[in-house]
Amino acid sequence: MTTLTVEHHASACLTTDAPPTPGDTGATATDTAAVEIRCPEGSWLPVCGPDDLLPGRGVAALLPDGAQAALFLDRGGRIHAIGNRDPFTGAQVLSRGLTGSADGRPFVASPLLKQRFDLLTGDCLDDPAASIPVYRVRVRDGAAGR
Amino acid sequence: MPPHPDATTDAAPGTTPTLVLIGHGMVGQRFLEELADRGVTERTRVVVLCEEPRPAYDRVQLTSYFAGRTPDDLSLADPEFLARHGIELHLGDPATAVDRTTRTVTARSGLTVRYDTLVLATGSYPFVPPVPGKDSAGCFVYRTIDDLLAIEEYAKNARTGVVVGGGLLGLEAAGALKGLGLHTHVVEFAPRLMALQVDEGGGRALRRTIEEMGLEVHTGVGGKEIVADESGAVAAMGLSDDSRIDTDLVVFSAGVRPRDQLARDCGLPVGERGGIVVDAQCRTADPAVYAIGECALAADGRVYGLVAPGYDMARVTAGDIAARLGDDTDGPDGFTGADLSTKLKLLGVDVASFGDAHGTTDGSLDVVYADARSGVYKKLVIGAGGELLGGVLVGDAEAYGMLRPLTGTVPPLAPEQLVLPAGVAAEGGGALGPSALPDEAVLCNCHNVTKGTVRAAVTEHSCTTLPEVKKCTKAGTGCGSCVKSLTAVMNDELTASGATVDTGLCGCFPHTRAELYEVVRTLRLTSFAELLDSHGRPEARNGDGCEICKPTVGSIIASLAPSVGAGGYVLDGEQAALQDTNDHFLANLQRNGSYSIVPRIPGGEITPEKLIVIGEVARDFGLYTKITGGQRIDLFGARVDQLPEVWARLVDAGFESGHAYGKALRTVKSCVGQTWCRYGVQDSVRMAIELELRYRGLRSPHKLKSAVSGCARECAEARGKDFGVIATSNGWNLYVGGNGGADPRHADLLAQDLSDAELIRLIDRFLMFYIRTADRLERTSAWLERIEGGLDHVRDVVVHDSLGLCDELEALMATHVTHYRDEWAETLADPERLARFVSFVNAPDVPDPSVRFVPERDQVKPDLTLLAGPTLPVRTLEGSSV
Repeated sequence: MTTLTVEHHASACLTTDAPPTPGDTGATATDTAAVEIRCPEGSWLPVCGPDDLLPGRGVAALLPDGAQAALFLDRGGRIHAIGNRDPFTGAQVLSRGLTGSADGRPFVASPLLKQRFDLLTGDCLDDPAASIPVYRVRVRDGAAGR
Repeated sequence: MPPHPDATTDAAPGTTPTLVLIGHGMVGQRFLEELADRGVTERTRVVVLCEEPRPAYDRVQLTSYFAGRTPDDLSLADPEFLARHGIELHLGDPATAVDRTTRTVTARSGLTVRYDTLVLATGSYPFVPPVPGKDSAGCFVYRTIDDLLAIEEYAKNARTGVVVGGGLLGLEAAGALKGLGLHTHVVEFAPRLMALQVDEGGGRALRRTIEEMGLEVHTGVGGKEIVADESGAVAAMGLSDDSRIDTDLVVFSAGVRPRDQLARDCGLPVGERGGIVVDAQCRTADPAVYAIGECALAADGRVYGLVAPGYDMARVTAGDIAARLGDDTDGPDGFTGADLSTKLKLLGVDVASFGDAHGTTDGSLDVVYADARSGVYKKLVIGAGGELLGGVLVGDAEAYGMLRPLTGTVPPLAPEQLVLPAGVAAEGGGALGPSALPDEAVLCNCHNVTKGTVRAAVTEHSCTTLPEVKKCTKAGTGCGSCVKSLTAVMNDELTASGATVDTGLCGCFPHTRAELYEVVRTLRLTSFAELLDSHGRPEARNGDGCEICKPTVGSIIASLAPSVGAGGYVLDGEQAALQDTNDHFLANLQRNGSYSIVPRIPGGEITPEKLIVIGEVARDFGLYTKITGGQRIDLFGARVDQLPEVWARLVDAGFESGHAYGKALRTVKSCVGQTWCRYGVQDSVRMAIELELRYRGLRSPHKLKSAVSGCARECAEARGKDFGVIATSNGWNLYVGGNGGADPRHADLLAQDLSDAELIRLIDRFLMFYIRTADRLERTSAWLERIEGGLDHVRDVVVHDSLGLCDELEALMATHVTHYRDEWAETLADPERLARFVSFVNAPDVPDPSVRFVPERDQVKPDLTLLAGPTLPVRTLEGSSV
């Protein structure tokens, strides 16, 4: 089993033609690959297959400690994971926000009151006092996690 | 009447001073605004005594009542304004006496108020010539809304009406009678109509045009007697030439006289022909008493019957009062006379006069252009040095806005160029634009706003749109005749500033929504990525777009879907990623992450069986139910994974998506109409259902609401809707641009007495024109206010097809109608589409534990304690409110 193709601070890359990112080894994910998220206690949790992600949209994942993560696939094929909880309302909804990019940086806008959060840092772009957790993501080749 | 704790006791010396205003007309209201602007209302108790039962309204626009405006539309006094400034307004309680020794005013109710400052703004009363029989039933004056309502009531049983007076007010009244369907005569003692404002040639042109409308004009004759029948009601009017007009109704509109009786009674000097004598600061002989508006005899020895000079007096007086309180460092200038220039639309005819309209200046010469066929007459009075002294414009007063500010100067073009029709003038050297005007030129006569002020609004106050300029300067908010000039000056200034104004939709696109619509339509682009990469800003290309442009483009593609070859389903392929969460899950996201569900109930009509299904579904899924304002039922508290199960039940029972989640048609509300209601004149429910089924699913720049009322009582509140339909005995009246919400607006009448087919055709065109040209999240109300030419332009386009677009607009709507499919039925039929309805991608069977409910009034509400934690203060961002 091949392990770890891509891993950097928060995002994993699904395709080779995406812009190179730090640590990108250029490997390609396949259908049998699994998207894994690094849980706070250090383990990697497989959450879905790469095909479960739609460019520009997010999904929510339930973590073992009861926390929720939001995963997004951007147009360049990179996967990002952040906390699902909107700090302005407390609702677990960020996975349902619209994504976009500003100055080349990906963000998601909360579907409730539209504040935007940087997908790489978790910082709120509209309120410096707010931020959300960012999770590391990787794509593992093979059937593990399916 | 508002409670008034200290009506008769009053402020002791050393406490808050009291200002009493007698009269709450247009000038009175303006005076209050001027006081508030200067902070006087903060230090002074302000008491207003108003004779009429309603607060100040726009008397100038009285006749527009018959064009579909209501008394409320005409109101000038925002109750919030009065409350905010602590102004005590006593309606229906006129002042009856002023005692200047004790400084008290007594009102009819017995209320007595002590004043430190008294302002008389009592206006004027209509002059009724001493004609025998003038008190017969059916004789009216034309001054107040109550006069108008009385005339309207009496006219229901009348066929013919006579207006005595062919001046400005007389023609207004004639317009009103004509609007009520009466055969209308105008009797004017002078040899021509509007003798004060226009010259003989202008009067002739005016007369011809008015006669062509079916009105009968009698000039050079006076009323001799009014003949009453045995019941004491008007039957005929005898004229001074011994002719006789059989008539059911007579309106006296032969001028006004200042209401100065209160002043006379308390010993203030009045003029020989009436009017309270005031100085340049509008003070009467008693320094504690001012008089403003039509009741005052100004320092130049004239009584002004126009609103603009009245406003000027209000400004001067407020400034003087503020200066006395030590509030104002700049002492106010005085009121020493006013420009009597006017521009009006009487009976649909433009009439304007300015400066020395009659050419009384020595050595002046006239330049005249007259076209009897089209009823256009223009005269300019030119001085010996070539300077423009004044003029008269009838039938086409377009040039008024340019000419009036040039008065007193030598115009930059030859006078003949200035009176020629636009096309001819252009050949001869170019039309004169507002750019040629000096900064001191007054663009807005109603509010006395100069071109320099308008330019400063752009250059110093960063206004970039017409509504902003209007708000900042007040220009264009009176009669509106200067709006075209304002727009031109604003655009000049914006261009001059280097066109740095970015009208782009967002950081990704330099285009407006309307421009993107055209790009999508003409290039038949159905892919957001393709659109972004080909038309986006360079720095945004190959990016992900943003939360503003994605739903906007998604909506445009959805509006045009079948016509540009896109699938009709809003969540197919790449389009899915463009939709806001509400559209993505075809439900409305609520604060705790749950959704609400609104099935369509067309026209608000529902069978008991369907009602029971809704009840059963709500009960089985534990949903909170509430009746909406749009005559349907909202079911709250469904988790995302429950949406398909709920909808399976609803679709089974014959329900469709209500699109409460979309920027799309919401509901067409209706009253029960002719079928049941004893007042109804058309079947409003049938029409509402037809309209709702026709436009359901139509994606638009913002939500669309509609209603159909079965009679003029308007129980469906159609005039608060984007498009509202009100039944008449002859068909349907169509109103557009109405809006509730934070900035309410009554819809304007677009067309009347339409057949079913005509109505639907006009709505088809109207909606498609709106969808094509509106900005993102711009309701029809804001759109109508913004687009150049406003309602008239929209009417030209959708009724008269001035742009030749109507076939295309109708075809687009026809395509929408044939391709409509219910989104929820389609979603349920496709497992792939259903896959997204899970709380967790890694645990599809686990419901979201953060979505929980607690009991409230026998139903449920979100358990927000589950969401508690480090939350931040909520900030409302643009576009987040729906």
